[in-house]
Amino acid sequence: MSQSNRIAGGLIDRSQTLRFQFDGLPYTGHPGDTLASALLANGVRLMGRSFKYHRPRGPISAGSEEPNALVELRSGARQEPNTRATVAELFDGLTAQSQNRWPSLKFDALAINDRFNSFLTAGFYYKTFMWPASFWEKVYEPIIRRAAGLGSLTRLEDPDTYDKGFLHCDILIIGAGPAGLSAALTAGRSGARVILADEDFRMGGRLNAETFELGDQAGAAWADAAVGELASLPNVRLMARTTVVGAFDHGIYGAVERVSDHLLEPAAGKPRQTFWRIYTQRAILTGGATERPIAFENNDRPGIMLAGSLRAYANRWGVAVGDRTAIFTNNDDGLRTALDLQAKGVDVVAVIDSREGGALLPGIRHLRGAEVIDSAGRLGLSSITVRQANGATEVIKANALGVSGGWNPNVNITSHHRSRPIWRDDIAAFVPGTGEIANLSVAGAAAGTLSTHGALVTGDASARAALESLGLTAKAASLPKAEDAPVRITPMWYVKGANRAWIDPQNDVTVKDIKLAHQENFTSVEHLKRYTTLGMATDQGKTGNVLGLAVMAGLTGKTIPDTGTTIYRPPYTPVALGTLGGRGRGQEFKPFRLTPSHKWALEQGAVFVEVGYWLRTQWLPKAGETEWRQSVDREVLATRKSVGICDVTTLGKIDIQGTDAGAFLDKVYANTFSSLGVGKCRYGLMLREDGMVFDDGTTARMGQNEYVMTTTTANAVTVFRHLEFCRQVLWPDMDVQLISTTEAWAQFSVAGPNARKLLQKVVDQDISDAAFPYMGAGNITVGGLRARLFRISFSGELAYEIAVPTRYGDAMIRKLMEAGAEYDAVVYGTEALGVMRIEKGHVAGNELNGTSTALNMGLGKMVSRKKDSIGMLLSQREGMTRDDGLRLVGVKPVNPTAELKAGSHFLKTGAVARAENDDGWITSLVYSPHLGHYIALGYLKNGAQRIGEKMRAVNLLAGTDTEIEIVSPHFIDPEGERLRA
Amino acid sequence: MIIHHPILGPRDAQEFVYLGDASLIGRPDGLTASIEEFHNYTYLRDNPAGAHRELWYHEQGDRSWLVVTRNTVTHEILQVELARDVARAEGRSK
Repeated sequence: MSQSNRIAGGLIDRSQTLRFQFDGLPYTGHPGDTLASALLANGVRLMGRSFKYHRPRGPISAGSEEPNALVELRSGARQEPNTRATVAELFDGLTAQSQNRWPSLKFDALAINDRFNSFLTAGFYYKTFMWPASFWEKVYEPIIRRAAGLGSLTRLEDPDTYDKGFLHCDILIIGAGPAGLSAALTAGRSGARVILADEDFRMGGRLNAETFELGDQAGAAWADAAVGELASLPNVRLMARTTVVGAFDHGIYGAVERVSDHLLEPAAGKPRQTFWRIYTQRAILTGGATERPIAFENNDRPGIMLAGSLRAYANRWGVAVGDRTAIFTNNDDGLRTALDLQAKGVDVVAVIDSREGGALLPGIRHLRGAEVIDSAGRLGLSSITVRQANGATEVIKANALGVSGGWNPNVNITSHHRSRPIWRDDIAAFVPGTGEIANLSVAGAAAGTLSTHGALVTGDASARAALESLGLTAKAASLPKAEDAPVRITPMWYVKGANRAWIDPQNDVTVKDIKLAHQENFTSVEHLKRYTTLGMATDQGKTGNVLGLAVMAGLTGKTIPDTGTTIYRPPYTPVALGTLGGRGRGQEFKPFRLTPSHKWALEQGAVFVEVGYWLRTQWLPKAGETEWRQSVDREVLATRKSVGICDVTTLGKIDIQGTDAGAFLDKVYANTFSSLGVGKCRYGLMLREDGMVFDDGTTARMGQNEYVMTTTTANAVTVFRHLEFCRQVLWPDMDVQLISTTEAWAQFSVAGPNARKLLQKVVDQDISDAAFPYMGAGNITVGGLRARLFRISFSGELAYEIAVPTRYGDAMIRKLMEAGAEYDAVVYGTEALGVMRIEKGHVAGNELNGTSTALNMGLGKMVSRKKDSIGMLLSQREGMTRDDGLRLVGVKPVNPTAELKAGSHFLKTGAVARAENDDGWITSLVYSPHLGHYIALGYLKNGAQRIGEKMRAVNLLAGTDTEIEIVSPHFIDPEGERLRA
Repeated sequence: MIIHHPILGPRDAQEFVYLGDASLIGRPDGLTASIEEFHNYTYLRDNPAGAHRELWYHEQGDRSWLVVTRNTVTHEILQVELARDVARAEGRSK
């Protein structure tokens, strides 16, 4: 076939031929074609199968409202399901496949569903798959999932990139039809910053699809000239192929620009699509209107489409969908199609006009007071059955039928802030509600002004009003003369009949389904929608919703406005998740923060772990180590034997200064800091207001009015936020200033019996025990460089943390390792850090889990009741202070070779493993190389009184039940002699 | 959403962190308040459909805590104040 249905005219470039494939067969088209127009030009009407009944389907529209002609576009990793052929711009080399059919589009095995249609009615799933409940997951759902869905995913990674962008303008104009162009010209000429966006690749809207003249020019030529003028204005940005998908708060609109969808592959460095966030002062919606069908029996055959679309294919694309065309209409606009097609030489066999009166069309068989009551043709329309005004029925041969039930203004975006559309009887359609979206006005067909003249006038007037409200002056405009035909419509929604008449063709919702919903009392529009799935397909009911509503109104005997309407949510048309994700994918999903010793650790072959945004050394394998435990055990033992170094830069550091700094810390910490001596540090416990532990860390007093707080890595940001809240909001007159210095200092822990000897080689001051005792803190120098030293320990060993300005961090780790060589110093990672803190019985993230109190942790005495502090009072609540509550304990297996499992729960010997016998659980668990067996920390009911008790650690998931002994959480050096060495 | 910061002008809501009801400013004194009073302060919130005074933190900005009066139905922002000023006006000091 070689474009057998192509006729003269149209806005396509016939000097170039584009080759493409559909279901493996080669076809040709021209620049300016869509996939649908090119297929129709080649005589292909059948493009897909419906969702439920697998009925053969062709396009019913020529735009983004299309419910039927959904295809898989492209192949390989770029294959994209559910692409509307009616808006897919043709390019050379395009390939597309039909979907939801097997084995082929013409013979689809699941079309058997169509025979069982009387069972597959509305509510089928709800009624059929009710019991037994256990069948859902294993039986029903897999079957339904396999049968459901339209296109398929490739499961290959998308090779293209997507981007996000931000734009600002005075006036955003949504839609570039006559109203949008008129508004843009008025606004653009005034000097305002204007963005004009249109989903189509050719601006002009309906002007491209009509034969109207504007002034003495063809409509499309006028649109072309208007676009040309706008393109020459530096203050106007024209965005074709850009769909404004949502109206968000405060004048922000979301828009998807299809940058490269019309190309075989994106050009180098170009994204496939860009998601724009457009910040506007004013917006004008000129999104036009969408035609709706009239439902009649078997109205879903390929070849039956909206009359205005049939006209668009002829006028814009030079395509006659059939050579024998009929029109079924309840309004004057349907008659236009007949006239336009006739003028193009297409054989218009009949116009079936549901209205009784009105003028007869000249030279056309115009049947008034008639209805189309049925159609025939297995894979495409071959004839229609017409019932005339006198009741006589007649079969008319036709392979194209244009149906017009009137036009619905595209109110969608105006509903995005929940404004409900308002019914207008004169045009038999909903128009936008008012006042819900600030600074948005609506003009042209979208506002219910359906003539070209009206579009030009209201577009211009909206722009003037917007300019005036922005304090800008509009220049006088001379609008071209244009058609101004009134809307003449006699509402007629469906033709009564016994068989199925489609309302929502994609989801196979018919008039019968709506009757059934009514019969079963799902009469509210929200129930109707969900019970029948009306309007829940990818097209979101752009053609079917109002029709379905009208049918329900007829059944309930209410008016349409009394029946109500569902409202639209963003997006206006489907948006790929990849587009919303933009560049935030894979490694780019979140940024990485690197520690000052990262480069050194990388050179040493360290294994890294993600801790929030940070990458930390998890362990550092030496040659010959194949198991992570070998490395971790070695790091622990070497540290406890001699000395180990760990990069602890990731801990939050907050400088707190001011005359009230001490008093401030007394408020935010449960324990007291105002009494801390200068040059000393103290462990601090921070509570939430509800009395749970929020965070912990060491805070040092560096001067009379100067403290340095450390927080956990995880809470560095939230603690800082909380401190700002306390400082600004709770105690606004305190003289206290905060700054986060987490990234200003590179900080290393140096731990182990030889820690002092090593550090003494590096620092300039005397750090003997006498000069720098346990829990000392101070400013020192390292080779003349300013530094800070804290004698604190997480590992339980003699330990220091030394901080130097971050840019010296890399030099510092190298210096420490060089100085430590004679002591066989090791670097230890987060795993060894965890082992040593559990051996020492320090709490960390697993214990600070947001549901634990200081009392639970065995730190109840730290909460001072002599002063007010955050969380102090509520931590004293009855349920939180009970004597038999959870307490932190140590756990070891009775058999030292037994393995303990994380997540195990404590049970008394002989107790059945049920929730009521649960005595607590293991929070942290490691193998202690120092002790030679597993150890754990956990929360145990009344734990402090149960030291020495033998019980069980049970993990039902792992299937383990291990005898354990409850011990003190301090597995090593409980007296702290090592710390003070 | 756009929040008109009293010092920095219009800023995108993405720069802010939301906390909640501005009644959190009125923290009772832990040494004199009853547990019940503190419980009400910590847990009980109004949930109005309409004007709502709420705390926002300009984390990706100048670290100001703000009291934003926002209509929860329309998202219209009626007033933006520095929380410190509001707290002082409510009698908070040290």
